[in-house]
Amino acid sequence: MKLLLVGGPPSTGKTTVVQRIIEKRKEKYKIAYLKMDVVTAHEEALICDTYGIEAKTVYAGDLCPDHAEVMILTDALKWAEGICADLLIVESAGLCLRCSPYLNQGVGVVVLSMLAGLHSVDKMKQLICFADVAVLTMNDLVCQAEREVYIRKLKTGFEHLKVLETNALQGIAVEYLCSMVDESKELDINTLELKGNPPLGTCSICMGSKKVGWKNHYGVVRQIDSNVSDYMYRGD
Amino acid sequence: MKSHITIYAGVDKNGNKENYTKIILKLGEVVSIVGHTGSGKTLLISDIEQLSQKDSVSQRLITIDDKLPDFEERFDPEKKRIAMITQNTKCVSDLVVEEFLKIHALSRNIFEKELVEKVISLANKFTGESITGEAKVTELSGGQTRSLLFADAILIGASPIILVDEIENAGINKSEILKYVKNENKLVIFASHDPAIVLATEKRIIMKNGAIEKIIEHTDADRAVLESVLEADRVIKYVQEMLRDGLELGGGM
Repeated sequence: MKLLLVGGPPSTGKTTVVQRIIEKRKEKYKIAYLKMDVVTAHEEALICDTYGIEAKTVYAGDLCPDHAEVMILTDALKWAEGICADLLIVESAGLCLRCSPYLNQGVGVVVLSMLAGLHSVDKMKQLICFADVAVLTMNDLVCQAEREVYIRKLKTGFEHLKVLETNALQGIAVEYLCSMVDESKELDINTLELKGNPPLGTCSICMGSKKVGWKNHYGVVRQIDSNVSDYMYRGD
Repeated sequence: MKSHITIYAGVDKNGNKENYTKIILKLGEVVSIVGHTGSGKTLLISDIEQLSQKDSVSQRLITIDDKLPDFEERFDPEKKRIAMITQNTKCVSDLVVEEFLKIHALSRNIFEKELVEKVISLANKFTGESITGEAKVTELSGGQTRSLLFADAILIGASPIILVDEIENAGINKSEILKYVKNENKLVIFASHDPAIVLATEKRIIMKNGAIEKIIEHTDADRAVLESVLEADRVIKYVQEMLRDGLELGGGM
């Protein structure tokens, strides 16, 4: 089975990109689609009804969606294998932009909207840096000068990254993404691993406490003006 | 791209073969695309933008300097050399004009100090509402934005091909723009309904039912008509200015 992992900030066109890929490859592969989201997602029905392929949604709820994905992924692979899929497409909600959901196998795509502006490249470094290819959407709404600068920033900041400007609505340039999937290796679950370390986040807030103020919490929490060595906070 | 692109015939909306074998468009040419709404102007523009390889609705094939473009030339934005200006293109980053141009020039490895000034003063030739270096790009009016983008595409932009899709209502001085683009050794293609633009280009591509119907090279007669169109344009501008200034029109002009 092959794996395509699509991440990126909300409303950048991830699902549209996925749909165009499914359209181009649904004859070649038996595709399974998994959507990871936080509270609501309508993609499962959309993909299922439109293309008649197996789709599933997992809500992360209280858990960080990227953390949830790490935990759930092996289950998802088993589910996809169980229905004899030979391509699993996972779409991640990507929220805090500090995790990078990309794995040491399969194809990792980050979908970025050019409407987010030039500084967004710097702000999303952690997310972008482990992707194999960046797909730029909504480029037709942004002036040429900014497009050139945006792309230059991506190219110089992330040398390995392939950058693809696409009009996802019309499906242009999607064939290239599909060929990356075609050329990717079969998954080996036993050696599957995240490319990057997720950020630290183990504190009593993570565990559900809603109280406010330092005295109510302990764990790894950054204080204002604190040094790295001060990360551990043990409450009052 | 060194000298020209070639468009090989595709099909019209009904799937019938287009009525030509190939069309060559050269650097230094200024060309217009005309036709009714839905006749295929934007599709032709997007075919050129994507350097279609029989993979668009029209099935046209486009070559650069008689060679098939490789994947990078089509989709790697750094190697692709086609700029597009439309009614929809906007500046989205929160930068002042000067900074915006400086960043663009730097990304192209251009360090010429006076360049920013040059672009702003060229942009000001295209628009009636003066642009300053300190203005925010996000706050520019439609006309100012398009003027700035044009000046930027001409002086800083990397692209030898500039595609312009229907910008006629943008409050910019078309004849000034046409005057400048003619001297820049770029291939500039306007999809337009505006006679002042169409007649000022060197040839016009006529679209019908999704196909290129014919190409008309501009004659002296066209140029004479252009003069009257521009004159009419000036009258409209004049009245427009009077109305904007709140003047009363009694007593004739």
